[in-house]
Amino acid sequence: MFTEENLKKVEEIKKRYPTPQAALLPVLWIAQEQYGWISEDVMRYVAELLGIPYSHVYGVVTFYTMYNRKPVGKYHIQVCTNVSCMLNGAYENLEYLQKKLKIKVGQTTPDMKFTLSEVECLGSCGTAPVVQINDDYYENIDREKLENLIEELSRDEK
Amino acid sequence: MMEQIKLILKDIPELHKIKVYEANGGYLALKKALGMKPDEVIEEVKKSGLRGRGGAAFPTGLKWSFMPKDSRPKYLIVNADEGEPGTFKDRAIIEKNPHQLIEGALIAAYAIGAQTIYVYIRGEYVKWMKILQTAIDEAYSQGYIGKNILGSEFSVDMYIHRGAGAYICGEESALMESIEGKRGYPRFKPPFPAQYGLWGYPTTINNVETLANVPVIIQNGGEWYARIGAPKHPGTILFGVSGHVNKPGIYELPTGVLLTDLIYKYAGGVRNNKKIKAVIPGGSSTPPLRGDQIEGVTMDFDGLKNAGSMIGTGAVIVMDEDTDMVKVLWRIAKFYWHESCGQCTPCREGTGWMFKILDRIIKGSGRPEDLDLLVSVADNIEGNTVCALGDAAAWPIKFGVQRFREDFEKYIKFKSTVLVEK
Repeated sequence: MFTEENLKKVEEIKKRYPTPQAALLPVLWIAQEQYGWISEDVMRYVAELLGIPYSHVYGVVTFYTMYNRKPVGKYHIQVCTNVSCMLNGAYENLEYLQKKLKIKVGQTTPDMKFTLSEVECLGSCGTAPVVQINDDYYENIDREKLENLIEELSRDEK
Repeated sequence: MMEQIKLILKDIPELHKIKVYEANGGYLALKKALGMKPDEVIEEVKKSGLRGRGGAAFPTGLKWSFMPKDSRPKYLIVNADEGEPGTFKDRAIIEKNPHQLIEGALIAAYAIGAQTIYVYIRGEYVKWMKILQTAIDEAYSQGYIGKNILGSEFSVDMYIHRGAGAYICGEESALMESIEGKRGYPRFKPPFPAQYGLWGYPTTINNVETLANVPVIIQNGGEWYARIGAPKHPGTILFGVSGHVNKPGIYELPTGVLLTDLIYKYAGGVRNNKKIKAVIPGGSSTPPLRGDQIEGVTMDFDGLKNAGSMIGTGAVIVMDEDTDMVKVLWRIAKFYWHESCGQCTPCREGTGWMFKILDRIIKGSGRPEDLDLLVSVADNIEGNTVCALGDAAAWPIKFGVQRFREDFEKYIKFKSTVLVEK
């Protein structure tokens, strides 16, 4: 199910470790990159690919919060609400996003454009509050910046 | 003001590029180390008094000396899982000076006899992974990493291993489990990683900032380094200041700097000239100090221990007089509940109960006996778990209830937030 290119990547990654099991986290990252989320079918495929039990793969996928177990929107908005961000208005921002996107934390908009998550400390406390959208950090965020950002991403028709 | 000595975050533009790093003396320490015996390198680091910057402040040279001298495969792990709330220093090192980290890791690998280095970096740090990978590729191409480094017998490979969202994997034994492709459940110690580490082989785990100090120590000598900052905890620390200050950010300063200087002279003081209600001095696991407890406190291992807290990761969170401490502690409790790996019952259940009790207090259903109950739950977690996460979850709540009792009592008395009274 992996693309040729991804299968090559898997072979490269396996060389870095003495056991195939150690390649599990990196291979799950490849899977998530290719599919956007990790379904049970993908878990079975990865288990077979690395020669490890499906139950083990399932255990690992469900342990780590960054592996998506259901499809996420094109823009995955992750709002840090830990202490330094909270002291700088993170919960107000989260509230605003819920209203603006008309979804609750953990939900995705019907058009599959936005998923909203509340996350733990992202290591951006000196530039709090921070919001991560897909791989990118948006630091020192405030309501106005969020508003502009959402407008901009909403206009994107791709 | 203390003299600002910059050993890591130097004011050199483009230092992340290998040419610039080399032009400023980069990789000379590696050359020097390769001309020494591994034991001499360890001896130099011991002399420097360097202590780990990941939270526990364990003497680095001593940790290295635990590695056996046999012919088994050995590993060095660079801990870049930076997840302690309030902490954002390792990413600054990777961004501004990645080669000093790589050079430090190479020297460490040489000293302990490791053939492989894994950098375990938190899954969210995609930008910094890319920066570091570029630096690693540059170092490979210049012959600093790979086979027969600089013509010596020493060969080592260096790989980045991306985490996937689990605070617990910053704990060294959980981190090893994670590299092995498992859930991040901490291991019992002993055996310690130097005896039984990755795949059962001798392993040393060091924090990013710890390793970034190593080239400076080798280049200038352990004795030189030992004279910087607090004698029992020498060197500089990248203090991360956040919260209600005018200039949040990273300040690299010698250990022993006054906490009040860090807040008022470097971080620009409290916004709107408000008073300080509380300071978390070393990341969310360290007991919070009341505003009236910070005078004269020095930022080093003993200074904070004497003040009733811990140096931790040097991550200072400042809270002004209007801060709702019950809400802060509620948020901290929520974090540890979320991050408890679930392996040990006292932590798995206890963190949940601490959060639930705090949750009912902030929602106006607190009972007077809840405060003692919180302390009792915390006491029953502390010391009863495989790893330190249990203690880290217990301390802020236990000391928080003690030190900010009046905030809690207001909540319980007025059945609502402190703001009701105002």
